[in-house]
This record gives sequence, structure tokens and C-alpha cells, in this order.
Amino acid sequence: MFTYTLRRLLFAIPTLLIISFAIFALLDLAPNDPTGDLPLTIPPEVREQIRASLGLDQPFFLRYLYWLQQFFINEPLNILERLTGWQFGDGSRMRVLSWATRSPVVDLIVQRLPQTLWVVGLAYLFGVMIAIPIGVISAYKQYSVFDQIGTFLAMVGYSVPTFFTGVLMIVIFSSYLQWFPSVYDTNLVVTDFSSFLQQVKQMILPVTVLALFNASQITRFVRASMLDNLHQDYVRTARAKGVKEKAVLLVHVLRNSLIPVVTVIALGVPTIFSGAIITEQIFRVNGLGQLLITAVQGADIPLVQTLTFIFAVLIVLFNLIADVLYGILDPRIRYD
Amino acid sequence: MKNLKLLLTGTVAAIAFTGSVAHADRATDGDLKILFWQAVSTMNPYLSGGTKEVYASSMVIEPLARYDEKANLVPMLVTEIPTLENGGVAKDMLSITWKLKADVKWSDGTPFTADDVIFTWKYCTAPDGGCAQKAQYQGIKSVEAVDKNTVKVSFEEPKYYPYSAFVGAQSPVIQRKQFENCVGAKAPGCTAANFGPVGTGPFVVKEFKPNDVITLTANTNYRDPKKPAFASVTLKGGGDAASAARAVLETGEFDYGWNMQVEPEVLAKMVAAGKGKLETAFGTQVERIVLNRYNADPSLGAKRSTKEAGPHPSLADPAVRRALSLAIDRTTIVEAGYGAAGKETCNIVPAPAAVASTKNDSWCLKQDIAGANKLLDDAGWKKGSDGIRAKNGVKLNFLYSTSTNSVRQATQELVKAWWAEIGVGAELRNASASVFFGGDPASPDTFQKFYADVEMYTNNFDGTDPEKYLAEWLCDKAPSPSNGWQGQNIPRYCNADYDKGVAELSKTGDPAKRAELAKKLNDMLTEEGAHIPLVHRGQVSSHSLKLAGVRMNGWDSELWNVADWSRAK
Repeated sequence: MFTYTLRRLLFAIPTLLIISFAIFALLDLAPNDPTGDLPLTIPPEVREQIRASLGLDQPFFLRYLYWLQQFFINEPLNILERLTGWQFGDGSRMRVLSWATRSPVVDLIVQRLPQTLWVVGLAYLFGVMIAIPIGVISAYKQYSVFDQIGTFLAMVGYSVPTFFTGVLMIVIFSSYLQWFPSVYDTNLVVTDFSSFLQQVKQMILPVTVLALFNASQITRFVRASMLDNLHQDYVRTARAKGVKEKAVLLVHVLRNSLIPVVTVIALGVPTIFSGAIITEQIFRVNGLGQLLITAVQGADIPLVQTLTFIFAVLIVLFNLIADVLYGILDPRIRYD
Repeated sequence: MKNLKLLLTGTVAAIAFTGSVAHADRATDGDLKILFWQAVSTMNPYLSGGTKEVYASSMVIEPLARYDEKANLVPMLVTEIPTLENGGVAKDMLSITWKLKADVKWSDGTPFTADDVIFTWKYCTAPDGGCAQKAQYQGIKSVEAVDKNTVKVSFEEPKYYPYSAFVGAQSPVIQRKQFENCVGAKAPGCTAANFGPVGTGPFVVKEFKPNDVITLTANTNYRDPKKPAFASVTLKGGGDAASAARAVLETGEFDYGWNMQVEPEVLAKMVAAGKGKLETAFGTQVERIVLNRYNADPSLGAKRSTKEAGPHPSLADPAVRRALSLAIDRTTIVEAGYGAAGKETCNIVPAPAAVASTKNDSWCLKQDIAGANKLLDDAGWKKGSDGIRAKNGVKLNFLYSTSTNSVRQATQELVKAWWAEIGVGAELRNASASVFFGGDPASPDTFQKFYADVEMYTNNFDGTDPEKYLAEWLCDKAPSPSNGWQGQNIPRYCNADYDKGVAELSKTGDPAKRAELAKKLNDMLTEEGAHIPLVHRGQVSSHSLKLAGVRMNGWDSELWNVADWSRAK
């Protein structure tokens, strides 16, 4: 297992390099321009100077190499300096700078990460927690009223987009009932019970919208996987031996059914980091998803490049984790 | 009894008094919540140039003088507006002298002096700085301190409208002490300064989260000891226009929402909730359809829309250009897409009133399908079996492009239907705004390249003087491969008389004469069909009924008088 993991990790290096180049090339070829959003009153020659000051007048490969150096050497050194307090060189390294804010991209990401992890991560967690029991019961009582309702809700949750449910929730709970705020306050610091309550209040709507969406996806997986196992011979054997139904279901069937589900859940983790672009935008959670979409709209190439690349790293990493988990959970699978 | 009466009248008088003077003291009205649905990226307008950054920073850093809501100049950091009469502007128009207020302090407590003004000019004109507001400082030879509180700006040649540098939200004064080591290529590296500039304005940045939220507090060193009434400002960003309107007008979570670009009927419903109101201001924005003078036939390849392609086969005919304008019902476009935020116009310079022409309103503002048809009939354009007019094998079929935006696409559909009534076909196309306005010379979809017969967008000019704007239609300003497609004369309009008129305008000092000339040039463009002006666009913002003192301004930052805002009692 260890050699397998090591081999996969080493193999990830060229993969990620190719990905980073592909992203950079795609972004460079896209006909976006960082001065595109500026008022037309700013004359063309000034725009040209702005582009030059962003380094856009340099050739493509040079810009790519700069980014590689900034991202793989300067930024890690910077993090190391901050963590340890050591000083490498004179400490003035060129960092990856966002074009829109002119501030280091990594700082922006660090600033946005907590919101995204809280809201999107919690929604994912709740989604999983809702999905597993519903999926189990649905499968155990296949075609019952519960299963029918569960299937219907999962289909609705899966097919109705979050930009619809989100706005619907705002109209009902913020505009009409005025129970929850429609705008997320990223400045809120939880210090006492009332501020904690406020934090819960402002998280309810976005988390609900996202949790519903996640839950409906995962429920279907759990149900299908449970159904596969319920009709297996070992289940009949267990029942024949007189094992209690509860133990059959929760010990034998559920454990085996969860193996593919765990993989699906692990593969879904990177999407937490990429944020929920639409939901974050609707509730103004201003996490990583919102950061990415504003960067795309404003042609903030260094920011888009860095964010997308970090997502790529996470996807490669969690693919590996899913594979390894699969090996650990399922004794029939051995990589060595 | 008598005493009681006296007491009562006294109370009434006191209430009336507090009612008229909306705020009593500095920082007594709590938190002001502002919502910008496009989040603010930086607080240094010299590094961004975006409207949202210019507006947000206007609460912190100020220019020497601003425009008020009626387009009049008002002194901010100076004692008076320099004019020819008071000797502030030199007779030869080669310099302007600003007298700074003596006791203004920066928010860090240090005195504001002529040095800071000079430094601001140096900062923005430094090479490699990529200063977005460089155009404000164009034609300046030097900026010198006559004494600690007097600044003299000298121009390279006579400048008949000298109020550009240090005037308006686009060119505020920054502090020398803070930005001294941030000049030129080093400018973007000064993140702390760019996110939290020291200013002379009513508020100070407390915390800046880029593209998210800005927290500001009242400036304790602000020159008016009673202002600002609010103790702090929270400027939240992100989301979309419709939900921003909802947060101000329906849920009441925010006091002020900028740029409510939402369908008029949706806004009307939200206003009916009774929590807020809309404010509209008209600057100089005009939505227009530009008509290409050169042939844009795709078979011409890279020669398209350049001089080498030759004149446009049908749009070169003045009758066609006039007919296209006559067929359009501007009132319907305004009602459908703009509501209170639009007025029908036939001018490219729609305001201020002094320079806005009314000459062409009689024929141009009203839709006249019959007249347009007759004009085309007389010019020999005959309808074919498909209903499209043609002459000598040239069909009146136009490629009509614009940027992606729901209002623009609706307008395209309307115009297409009206043109169909006069036998003109239109193929509609749209490109993402960041591509269309992006100016990437490699992209075929930019508005400068104009690989279409007609295209639609909005443009405007800063401040109140249209001289620089009118100079965009000079013959040599046409975009072409030789200038990297960078010209601003998008229609490729060329008229020697027009060029002469612009030259004359730049040498005329008398305001009345300037206005007359500007009107003449504007009329030439409309009459000769360089473009079809459609809508004079205003900006709409919303604010809560609990907010007092908003004076919506289309000539400067909308937040220009935020120091005077207060909580309505």
C-alpha cells in the first residue's frame, strides 16, 4: 500500500504540471482583458500602460515561468517564513499578485477559506448525515410510501437548481417572514451566545439550500448500494443463522454498502473547497466560489490560475485518498 | 399655565430645529450599511479605475473640488474655485492656481499641504505605474507649490477647461507620507496603503476585505467637527443587482444600494414594500447604435472595417442611416428596459443642459415608419420577395452586435422588429462584456474592431466639459491595425469640417461660445448618422427611508456628500 501511494504521488507531479500549463494556456487564449470592465472614459493608451504594468506585455512562456517560480518557490518560502519566523534571503520575493486587488493571491484565499469551509463544508456534512439514514430506510423498505416520498424529494432536490431554491428561500424567510438575513455578514465574530445565534441564523439559509442538494445526490447512491447488498447470499445466510434483523441491516449490509459511498463522498470533498459559486453569490457568503467567479469576470488571470490549480491539486489528492480508502475498507482489493 | 405654554412652544421649536438640522454631532448615528453588488477590489482608484473603487474611495480620499448634483464645482479642500474672474486661472489659460484650506488635517493628524497635491500628480504620472487616471493629468507641464497652501498647475498649452486634475472623484489627493515609497512599478506592492489610504474625507478604513466588505469609522480629524453623523460605515459587496435591491427595499437590511440595474417593473414592486426609495441621476451616458462607415463583409477577412475594405455598401448612403434612426421608437425602449433610469435622446452630448442640443429632437425623437419607408423608396432601395430591400444587388441586411446584457438583448429584439417594418433585416449577436469592451487585439469580437455593420453600447465623458469626448470622432482616431485597434472613433466617421470644429473648440475660452460649438459638433454627428443615439441613461440607486441627506449625483461619486448623511429621525 505504501509503495502504491508513493508511486501515485510521484505520478501526480507531471500530471499537475501539465494541468497548470493547460490552465495557463487556456486563460491566455481566452479573449478576456483585465481592463475590459473599466469605464470607457479611460483612454486606450492608458489601458495599454495598465496592461504593461500587469506584465501582460511579456511573452507567454516567460509569464508562465514567472508564475511557476512565484507559486512553487516564493509562496511556500513565504508560508515557511511566516510559520517559523526564519528569514530566507532578503524576504522580498515577488508573490502571485491578483490583478484586480493588487494584493497577494494566497492572502485572498486564506481570507476566504473559513467562510467556504463553514458554509459549504457544513452543508456537505449535513447532506451526508441526512442522506445515509434516508437511503438506508428507502432501500430496506423499497417501494414503500417512505421510499416513494424520499425518491420524489431527492429528484426535486437534485433537479431544482440552487439559484432557484436560494432565491425562493430568501423571498419566503427573509423578505416575507423576516426570520433570517439575506446577506451573510463576513465580519461577524462569534464571541458570546448572541453572536453565535446570529451566526447560526445567517448560515441556516445557505446551508439548507446546499445540504438539500448534496443530500439528494448521496441518498440515491446509498439506496442503490444498499439494494445491491440486500439481495446478496450472505444476507440470506445471516438471516438463516437467526441474526437479528437490526444487526443484519446495520452491521452486515450497511458496512458493505458504504464502501462505494465513501468513495463518492471522498471524491466530492474538493467541491467543498471550490465553493458553491451560485449559492455563495446569492447569499453573499463571499467565499472561494465568489472569489473565483469575480476573478473570471474581471479577467484576473493570476487569481483564476492559482485558484483553479489549487482545486486541481485537491481533486488529484482526493482521488488518491478515495482509492486508498477503498483498499483499506474492502479487503478484496489489494494494490500491492 | 403660561409657563407650560412656553415650555411647549419651546419643545416644538426644538423639535423643528432638530428636524431641519438632521444631525447634531459626529458619530452619533451608528452604522451606515451600504451595498455594492459589484464588490470593491481596492481603495486606490489610481490602481483600478473601476467605478465601484472610485465611489468607495471617495468616502476616504478627496479631490480639491467636486461636482455637486447640478454639475456645479464645489470647493472641498480649497477655499474657492479658481476662475478667470478671481484670478485663479491665468489669462493665457496656461495655469490654474488652487488655494488650499489652511487647517485641513489628514486622518493621521498630520497637516495637509501643497506637497501632497504635487506628490499625487507625480504618483499618477510616474512611468511603469499603470495609473488608471492618467488622462486626468494629461497636458500638465508642472505642479508647483507657491507656498505651503497654494498649488500652481501649469499646462503645456492653453487649456480652456482647466478643471481636470484634482477635480472629481477620479483624481483625489493621496498622502505623500504614506505613498512615498510606492511610486511607479512599486505601486502594486504597497498593499496596506492601497487598501487603507490615509485621507482627508469623513471616514477612515478600519478593515478592508478585498472583493468582500469594507469597514470604515468616522475620521476624528475631519475638518467639520460635527460631521460625519455616522460612527461607522459597512460597505458590503457581491451578489447581483436584483437581490441587492431586495436587501434595501424589501428586507431593509441595508441603508443604501448602488446601481439598481433591474427591470423597471421588478423595482416598482419592491418599492411598494414601503421601506425605501429610488434615486436617479443623469450624467452623460448615452446608449447608442454605431453605424459602420467601412465594409464589414466577413469575406474581406482582416481588411474588414478598415479603410482598405472601402466604404460600407449600404450604410454609406445617408438615406439608409437616417431611415434606420427614424424607424426606432425610443420611448418604448426606455419603458421596456430603463424606466426612470432613461430618457429618449438624439444627442451624443445629452448633458449638462448648457451644452445639450435640441436641434434634432423634432425629427428624430418620434418614430416615423412611413417616413423611413419613403426615404428608402426614394433612394432606390426596393423590397424583394423576402421583404428585405436591395439596390444593385446589395441587400439591407445588417449584423447587429452588442455586449451580453438582458436589457441590451431586449433592445436588439425591439430594434430588429422595427427595422423589419422598413425592409431592413438584422442578425443579432452578443459577446460577453469583458470580451466586447476588453480591447484584446487578437479577439474578433471587440467593439473597437467592429466586425459588424452596426453595434450598440454606452459611453460617456467625465466631468462636464465635452471637448475631449467630441475629439474622439476625429478622422485619425479611427481604430485600425496600424494603431493596434486603439482609436476611439468607432464609427470610422470622417469629416474635415468636423475636425476643424474640434480644433476650434480646443482654442475657444468663452463658455457660451464653447457650448455653442459643442452643440454644433454634436448635431453634426447625429445629422450625418455617425451613430443613432437612443437613450440618455441615468444611474439608479436605492436607499432606505431611514437615511437622510442623500443627494444623488451623476457628475461625481454617488457618495460625494456622505459626510452629510444621517439617520432620519
